[in-house]
Amino acid sequence: MAEAKREPRDYGLQQIGAARIDGPLVVVERARDVGYDEIAEIVGEDGRIRIGRVLDVSDRQVVLQVLEGTTGLSNRATRTRFLGENFRLSVSADMLGRVYDGLGRPIDGGPAPLALERRDINGMPINPTARHYPREFIQTGLSAIDGMNALVRGQKLPIFSGNGLPHDRVSAQIVRQARLIDASVDFSIVFGAMGVKHDVAEFFIRNFEESGVLARVVMFLSLADAPSVERLLTPRMALTMAEHLAFDCGQHVLVLLTDMTNYCESLREVGTARGEIPGRKGYPGYLYSDLASLYERAGRIVGSTGSITQMPILTMPSDDISHPVPDLTGYITEGQIVLDRDLTHRGVYPPIAGLPSLSRLMKDGIGKGFTRDDHPALASQLFACYARVKRVRGLADVVGAEELGALDKLYLKFGEAFEQRFLNQGEDENRPIATTLDIGWETLSILPRDELHRVSDALLDVHYAQGVAAAASAKGDPL
Amino acid sequence: MSTSSDSPHVTRISGPIITASGLAAAQMYEVVRVGASGLIGEVVKLNHGQATIQVYEDTTLLAPGAPVQLTGAPLSVLLGPGLIGNIYDGIQRPLPGIQAQSGAWIRRGEKVAPLDTERRWHFVPVLRAGADVEPGQVIGTVAETPLVEHRILVPPELAGTLRHVAPEGDYTLLDPVAEVATAAGPREIALMQRWPVRVPRPIRERLRITEPLVTGQRIIDTLFPIGKGGTAAIPGGFGTGKTITQHQLAKWSDADIIVYIGCGERGNEMTEVLREFPEIRDPKSGLPLMDRTILIANTSNMPVAAREVSIYTGITLAEYYRDQGRSVAVFADSTSRWAEALRELAARLEEMPAEEGFPATLPTRLAQFYERAGSVTTLAGERGAITIVGAVSPPGGDFSEPVTQHTQRFIRCFWALDSELANARHYPSINWLRSYSEYAGDVAAWWGARAADWSELRAEAIGVLQREERLQQIVKLVGPDVLPDSQRLILFIAELLKDGFLTQSAFDDKDMYCDPVRQMTLLRLILNLYLKGRELVQQGAPLLKIQQLPAVPGIVRAKSAFGNDEQAALGRLGAELAAQLEALAGEYRK
Repeated sequence: MAEAKREPRDYGLQQIGAARIDGPLVVVERARDVGYDEIAEIVGEDGRIRIGRVLDVSDRQVVLQVLEGTTGLSNRATRTRFLGENFRLSVSADMLGRVYDGLGRPIDGGPAPLALERRDINGMPINPTARHYPREFIQTGLSAIDGMNALVRGQKLPIFSGNGLPHDRVSAQIVRQARLIDASVDFSIVFGAMGVKHDVAEFFIRNFEESGVLARVVMFLSLADAPSVERLLTPRMALTMAEHLAFDCGQHVLVLLTDMTNYCESLREVGTARGEIPGRKGYPGYLYSDLASLYERAGRIVGSTGSITQMPILTMPSDDISHPVPDLTGYITEGQIVLDRDLTHRGVYPPIAGLPSLSRLMKDGIGKGFTRDDHPALASQLFACYARVKRVRGLADVVGAEELGALDKLYLKFGEAFEQRFLNQGEDENRPIATTLDIGWETLSILPRDELHRVSDALLDVHYAQGVAAAASAKGDPL
Repeated sequence: MSTSSDSPHVTRISGPIITASGLAAAQMYEVVRVGASGLIGEVVKLNHGQATIQVYEDTTLLAPGAPVQLTGAPLSVLLGPGLIGNIYDGIQRPLPGIQAQSGAWIRRGEKVAPLDTERRWHFVPVLRAGADVEPGQVIGTVAETPLVEHRILVPPELAGTLRHVAPEGDYTLLDPVAEVATAAGPREIALMQRWPVRVPRPIRERLRITEPLVTGQRIIDTLFPIGKGGTAAIPGGFGTGKTITQHQLAKWSDADIIVYIGCGERGNEMTEVLREFPEIRDPKSGLPLMDRTILIANTSNMPVAAREVSIYTGITLAEYYRDQGRSVAVFADSTSRWAEALRELAARLEEMPAEEGFPATLPTRLAQFYERAGSVTTLAGERGAITIVGAVSPPGGDFSEPVTQHTQRFIRCFWALDSELANARHYPSINWLRSYSEYAGDVAAWWGARAADWSELRAEAIGVLQREERLQQIVKLVGPDVLPDSQRLILFIAELLKDGFLTQSAFDDKDMYCDPVRQMTLLRLILNLYLKGRELVQQGAPLLKIQQLPAVPGIVRAKSAFGNDEQAALGRLGAELAAQLEALAGEYRK
């Protein structure tokens, strides 16, 4: 429904009256030839047109979900006109540089773009045989991502964050810095905001402006004060746009969706209103399938040069990674970047947690011919050593750092260096992958060479810096 | 779209579940075609001519009044040459065929035949006319792939005298190759047959499991083995490596046929299998792995009703190859997504939910699936087996949820993945304390014939790991330094076992597959150090001296330094270590 026109059309049958109105749902009786998932215009006594979507239809009644609130609708005077199609978005490459609301209507004062095609916003599943396996390394300039959780083109990699953590700054920095290693192709950006505050949207717009990418961004904003049901359509708008840019226009598209937790809450709201049997924490049982229908719209396909890389952002309620939203997301996406409150408190930016973060597609996008031959072994060794740091810190909390053995003290030193030198970096600092890897070796060299089981002797001969470990233990103090 | 009121038509649509009236003649589980585009559906409930139908495709814009057509048959799969190497969706539509027809996207109402009925296969008869045939008997063979000789069987319900067998030659799947005179009259047999997916194919009898499915993964084969014909579950939270473990097993298991069911999982993972398997060579024959593999892909964004049936489609294909006397391994990733499909459909059917919204039939459905595994004598008297390995994705990684709990009742091998191990990139992240295998006793004789000390080594390794766990409780409180050397030796050996034996990289060319002989050599190497080290510590040697033996760092690296064909080098390492231990012992001998 990209049409900006809001007058009721004067063709087609109108149903007068609504049998039941309950929250966002309107039940209309005796409607004929209405299809499942069809959209309708619903008009109350106020003359305002609301868009509705069919959730359930039988020969007796039609259940509609009203996207713009049911305030002002009455049993007697509600008029409903079914439009004979499901939700569509007019797409064209001219939409780059423009801002739309959550239902795809321009809100930047400009005219509706000239569109060639109206697309079903639900999309269609990509045939697995027609996918290209993603393996082109994207350098984000952030060591914690490039070195440990590398992103590849066509991947879906969410950011798991919490309230008050700098997920917006991290994702904005990624958008500014993301490049392919050997090519200067720029990403087009599709930005979908669901239920976020005005200042967050403002932050992103300013950021896109300052980094000069605004002309390559399409924004769909369903902000916190918009009706919550609208959010169910916003990510689908964004992804339909992205699919057009990627697979019809051959562009590389980075899709940012924020905040998926708000999206899931809207889904729960509608489910409850329909009287559905709830699953975990009141979320509907089909939350997994529903999220998959969004996240799976990423990737590369045979016969097109374009790609869709997805970076959904979600806030974990009370930082709980086992909450249904992050949990089901993690089961669908190809890894996750987890932001950590403890690191933020200690002044580390970006506060990307070392251990729970993961990129599943990293293994195929790094190493010889992609980044550098030592990358896989280095990353694996860093993970293993950092895991040991966590254990040693636990022990130090109990017995005191003084009581630790000499080797454990070195691990503490390594942990500190890893967080402060490797993870920590400036908001404007764009580290090339080679620098990231070199810093990684520098920190590893604090540990004795024999501790590095996951790296071959040949690689250690080249990269292990002799003497750092000795120097570190000579200095005595563990921290 | 309205039709007269008595002809079958749709009365209600709620997502994948629709209701239709005028269907007094419909049978339970009969396949129907819905609407003008002929969407495929299955009857799941009947009530006074009102049928509830589960539709395998997207029902968008379908309206009440749309026509419904009965097909007279339950949901069935086509069985015949051409299955191997193919990739199907949940209702056996070939995905390459769909791509050829519609491009990169899967549209609604796609109609592509599961098997190519025009291709000619070279048929070689093994029976002559006049022979008496029993159900399941082999009439002839077709070379399906270089790895698989496809046996053409007498269908399970058929017996009689062969009136005619076609001579050796090239035939399509539809050409009759034999005719049997049965009590009910003559019946033709073609290269292809049909079988309803919800009905297990018959067997003669079940056998005891005696042989392990060798997977080449050390922690599985040595500590928690699975038998050929057994059942296993791999539960684990996200990121613990369920899919990589499943892929490793599908690549390296010594089954004859692999059926891999990607059920409600990621599209890219299926693409990875499609890209990788043709490149990887079977360790025994040197032929591409794809020559023994069938893939079922119903990814998470494909219709949910087809996800429910994909498990049955996969297992029916497996049974068909088992009936040809093969050992088949079925990997289902993930059974939780399948259970969620059941839940979603049950909710749409307005069934009363049991635990966490799952239908009360969940345990029964799980049992029915896992019971289709087994080591059996086929109708023709041959030995066949189906091994099932199901991944489970418990919400929040919590194993007390219904799918994990009920699955545990019906499997005998449990490989519990652990997110703490995965976070430390200890892969495979199978937790050695929470996992178990009830097949260890069944396969001990098989292993004993190859390594007489298998049972002892296994018990010793499990013992060390268990004692380590207890010691770690103390270490967490007071640090390791207060422990005596005899106990710190256990910590040290456990560390070696983890780094040098239990972890195994799926991406290391030398280590991704570890044959049984090398598994035992590596384990012996570590446990020899333990036994000798224990004596030395008793004789007063400090642990530090043992840890600093020059051969020790080599033990951890041995798994990736020496491949399966480098036994000699491993032997030298063992001899070096033994000599160094002996020299050390000399110093402390009284």
